[in-house]
Amino acid sequence: MATKEDVLKLAALARISVSDAELEKFTEEFDSILAYVGKLEELKLDTSGGAVVPPVRNAFREDGEPDAPGMHTEKLAAAFPQREGDSLSVKQIITHD
Amino acid sequence: MTKPANELTIVEAAAALRAKELTVRELWEECALAAHAKNPELNAYLEIFAADEAAIEAAQKRIDAGEAPQLCGIPLAIKDNILIEGKIASAASKMLENYTATYDSTVIKKLKEAGALFLGRTNMDEFAMGSSTENSAYGPSKNPHDTSRVPGGSSGGSAVAVAAHMAIAGFGSDTGGSIRQPAAHTGLVGLKPTYGAVSRSGLIAMGSSLDQIGPFGKTVEDAQILFEATRGKDALDATSVAADFYKTKEAGEKMRIGVPRHFLKEGIDADLLAAFNATLAKLEAAGHTLVDIELPTSGYALPVYYVIMPAEVSTNLARLDGIRYGLAKRGETLLADYVESRTAGFGPETRRRILLGTFVLSSGYIDAYYRKADRARLTLTAEYDAAFEKCEVIAFPTTPSPAFKFGEKTGDPVSMYLEDVFTVTANLTGMPALSVPMGSVERESKQLPVGIQFTAPKGGEERLFTIGAEVTA
Repeated sequence: MATKEDVLKLAALARISVSDAELEKFTEEFDSILAYVGKLEELKLDTSGGAVVPPVRNAFREDGEPDAPGMHTEKLAAAFPQREGDSLSVKQIITHD
Repeated sequence: MTKPANELTIVEAAAALRAKELTVRELWEECALAAHAKNPELNAYLEIFAADEAAIEAAQKRIDAGEAPQLCGIPLAIKDNILIEGKIASAASKMLENYTATYDSTVIKKLKEAGALFLGRTNMDEFAMGSSTENSAYGPSKNPHDTSRVPGGSSGGSAVAVAAHMAIAGFGSDTGGSIRQPAAHTGLVGLKPTYGAVSRSGLIAMGSSLDQIGPFGKTVEDAQILFEATRGKDALDATSVAADFYKTKEAGEKMRIGVPRHFLKEGIDADLLAAFNATLAKLEAAGHTLVDIELPTSGYALPVYYVIMPAEVSTNLARLDGIRYGLAKRGETLLADYVESRTAGFGPETRRRILLGTFVLSSGYIDAYYRKADRARLTLTAEYDAAFEKCEVIAFPTTPSPAFKFGEKTGDPVSMYLEDVFTVTANLTGMPALSVPMGSVERESKQLPVGIQFTAPKGGEERLFTIGAEVTA
């Protein structure tokens, strides 16, 4: 059983807020989803085979062929919400208080 | 020509362009005209693009020079989570309403090289989460076969655009059935390729171990042309593989078709099941063999999916925080900036899945849910591998029932999730699956299309095209 406190705690972890009006509905829906997903508990799995190695893994490439400096800068900076010229601003996170 | 240009298939349009019965501009204009005329009612497109004169002219030149691939000059509908440089890509979310793609996805790059044109970006469930387009932040798309019904989702907008002849063909993405289910509900062919067959670079990520980009076509041949034009290894997607990576043998003309009867005993619409059986009988009469197969863990595939997928969703969508791009709300603190942006930007289903994903990954539950589901995924794959010893393809109905009405399932998330009961396994196992139309069922004197789905081992798309073409022949 999920409680309203559980949902609020998950929301805090996920950095979203759930309004009072939504909390009841979310908790109820969460319960019915968990009841469904909980079917997994009855599943008995044979794990004797050990880990299976996927056919594609550790796919790295060699460093090289860098893009020209500044090639993407303007396009990426243009999406930034708070910008003055080349200065991109976010909120101050360390204070002197 | 016997039909309007916007109703042509890729193969027909390519032939007409080469026979000079049609110009690229005329084809574009007929499609754009239909798109503009029908979109107010069907809401297939979130944005219909203006004509790209240079691209139209270049495509015509290549065709006139006699050296153009079949896709040259063909107008396509593109799901709103596939990046096209300079165009908005919102994933039908308020979160990315103002986000302009800074680069082309690999699929778009390949389509541009082939000379294809883009009619617009299509509606979808927000961040590809849903089976009806009812989770779009911009209103649902409507099924052209009955506008009181959903077109399926999440790639519903692309399906509607193609089915209503507002584009010649289109692309969607499929994480748990998001191409195949809308294809079935709108009478189209839809392919979920082998995991890694098509690069996901430039696809807005949902569930990274499940996502694939794939085509919608009016015919199997069209879907095949689109798949072949976009497949291949890509340095920008480490999970992508070359076309010959999996050594799946081509099946002969006649195949053994595996049917998991034990899994089709309940929960399926009677008329739809009758259409499924009739289609199998037709294939048997054509010389294919039906084989009973057992997939004992299939009944758990959907719960497994609803653990793995939200876990990946909550992880992928953590990057959307209002700092670098997208919706940016500002509060008292930096944390408030995140929380307010994410709360205002994400719709209810997205938030629900983020919460669920956060839950199954939390320290107290990760073993019971996520790790268990991950192991079950291997079991499912092993069962399919074993079944493929006895058959070349496995057949399922694509959906348990025909297209449902708006609002019918929005009150109960689990009933909506059950739409994907037959489609999620292909994403969990990474195997390719193709939905092709198998006739229609009648509801309230309207004919609603239904689909049959074939699955093959990884790299076995050829088999799917062969058997799919036979169904629709």
